[in-house]
Amino acid sequence: MSLPPYASPLERTWYYSFRVICGAIFVFLIGPIFVILPLSFNAQPYFNFTPEMMSLDPVGYSLRWYKDFWTDESWGQAVRNSFFIAVFATMISTFLGTLAALGLSRPEMPYRSPLMALLISPMIVPLIISAAGMYFFYSRIGLASTHLGVILAHAALGTPFVVITVTATLVGFDNTLIRASQSLGATPTTTFFKVIVPLILPGVISGGLFAFITSFDEVVVVLFVGSVDQRTIPWAMFSGIREQISPTILAVATILVMISISLLATLELLRRRSERLRGLSPG
Amino acid sequence: MSGGAVSNDLLTTADGTPLKVSLQRALRRSRIRAFLLVAPLLVFIALFFVVPIIDMLYRSVENTIVEKVLPNTVVALESWSPSSDEMPPEVVFAALNKDVVKGFKDKTLGRLARRLNYDKPGMSSLFRKSGRRAKRMKDVDFQGQFLKVDKKWGDITTWALIKRESDPVTASYFLAAVDMRYNENGEMTSQPEERQIYVNLFIRTIAMSAGITLICVILGYPIAYLLSILPMRTSSLLMILVLLPFWTSLLVRTTSWIALLQTQGILNDLMVLVGILSDDGRVQLIHNKIGTFVAMTHILLPFMILPLYSVMKTIPPSYMRAARSMGASPALAFYRVYMPNTIPGVGAGGVLVFILAIGYYITPALVGGQSGTFISNFIADHVSTTLNWGLAAALGVLLLTLVLFMYSLYDKIVGINNMKLG
Repeated sequence: MSLPPYASPLERTWYYSFRVICGAIFVFLIGPIFVILPLSFNAQPYFNFTPEMMSLDPVGYSLRWYKDFWTDESWGQAVRNSFFIAVFATMISTFLGTLAALGLSRPEMPYRSPLMALLISPMIVPLIISAAGMYFFYSRIGLASTHLGVILAHAALGTPFVVITVTATLVGFDNTLIRASQSLGATPTTTFFKVIVPLILPGVISGGLFAFITSFDEVVVVLFVGSVDQRTIPWAMFSGIREQISPTILAVATILVMISISLLATLELLRRRSERLRGLSPG
Repeated sequence: MSGGAVSNDLLTTADGTPLKVSLQRALRRSRIRAFLLVAPLLVFIALFFVVPIIDMLYRSVENTIVEKVLPNTVVALESWSPSSDEMPPEVVFAALNKDVVKGFKDKTLGRLARRLNYDKPGMSSLFRKSGRRAKRMKDVDFQGQFLKVDKKWGDITTWALIKRESDPVTASYFLAAVDMRYNENGEMTSQPEERQIYVNLFIRTIAMSAGITLICVILGYPIAYLLSILPMRTSSLLMILVLLPFWTSLLVRTTSWIALLQTQGILNDLMVLVGILSDDGRVQLIHNKIGTFVAMTHILLPFMILPLYSVMKTIPPSYMRAARSMGASPALAFYRVYMPNTIPGVGAGGVLVFILAIGYYITPALVGGQSGTFISNFIADHVSTTLNWGLAAALGVLLLTLVLFMYSLYDKIVGINNMKLG
């Protein structure tokens, strides 16, 4: 919305000051994420800009913290654990969540609202309560300090996201498509894979991405349910910040920011594709 | 309609069943089919999420330890009442000896000692001391021998405590969670001043969450408004600036704030450089309330902007034009026409941010220091450090009740079915 030529001086002032205010809030939102990128190349073991860095002297910059990250075996183990746990947790929550969303979206589904409230609850219950509950219960059934235990816990935390995104995709779903496919002689299985899946796939993938990032970024439950063998990247960062704070954490943080940027890009592409397929927006 | 001949008034299907029955049967089948799709997730969530939480919350009233470690004593105490003002009879002391010897051998006595110490300081050492000596006691005058170990065995309040806590269900954890306790006579009283922490902690958690929610509304409103009036292409680009923090790891964002806010950090450096502060006048911005406020506002702001934006997007611009054309000043038109229309968005975002803020653990633990910690941090502390699981569970029940209340409020405002992400 550009400023009309007849705007009064007061409106003009407001127009520009409003944009300055918004700019400041955007800086608040995004600044902290980008400020750590240059810091991770610091040659000194500090969390602030050294005079060499300020004068753009190459001496002030180095890749030592990335090298540190790359050669340290405990970080390597954390990376492997993070991906291992997140991938399996995502698979479980995507599968169960998609099935449930399909059921919940049927008009004849009984007790829809209370069931939905229950299935969304892992997202709402404070993490510390979930973590403490899982810690006691999983210890009793022998799942504590195992990869399986952490995977199941993360899968439970990730399912609400899948249920929400897939249900949202199904809101605009045209049920006559199923009848059309069946009247043309397709079996229910064929209908599912040839008609339903292609249409809900964007929702499933973005739900899966949410579930993945939930597990990948989760630290409270891992701290309680897991042990050192299940140490993930967030766990390592958490204990790193609490104990000896080394700029290696900044290098890891930079890598994680890159990962989130690529995830965000994937999601944005998916969203556009989904809107195009459903004819919601032109082009 | 060959087989479905109309023999009477009822419509029937081909095989002769009335149409109504047949329809109902078909409906029931499709209901079951829909339910079967949800069932696997339901079982999964129930087993790995709901049951563990209920199991933990039950610990807030569970109190079987006295009954388990001192079974004979509990039975022998049945006929004794603390209101009689008399010492329990000799049989009770004999039973106590038996239980303590066994408890010492099985190493369960330590847990009992710790448990009773929550209610009455000094109980821990009493039981440990008695545990070591009970085995060598002779089979006569147990009362005298126990009294020789510790005078506290001659104190009626000790016995009143054991009697009271032999009940398998207790309210003492909940009392502790609201800064109360049972006194020597078993009446509820408030804790001494210096031990009252939890009520204040709850108030602080709620007040800070409300404060963070308010700041999020103030900062989120203009951004959501700007995004909703800009042309699609520009607003999509700016939306990325909102979504990127949303997708960035919580720990990354917390780390950034540590780098920015610490005393030797970037913000302080900058202020010294510009000359607002002298080098030794650096301000403490982290490990206190300010740290928690700033970092959590940053983390939760996207949760405010996204629902607000989706509501503002649906408000037709013609409303404002109509108000202006009828002579309202821009400010009045905004206040009387635009703002009331955005209330659902403010409500949805506000409740969501509040729910998320009130249960936060990681960020307050890392940047909150002493004064900026939340109730969650104390729960975590009681679970893993002090091992007072009953108190942790009681605090958890109170926190969860609060959150579920807000959740039902959220359901009323937006409806859980309409929840959207990203």
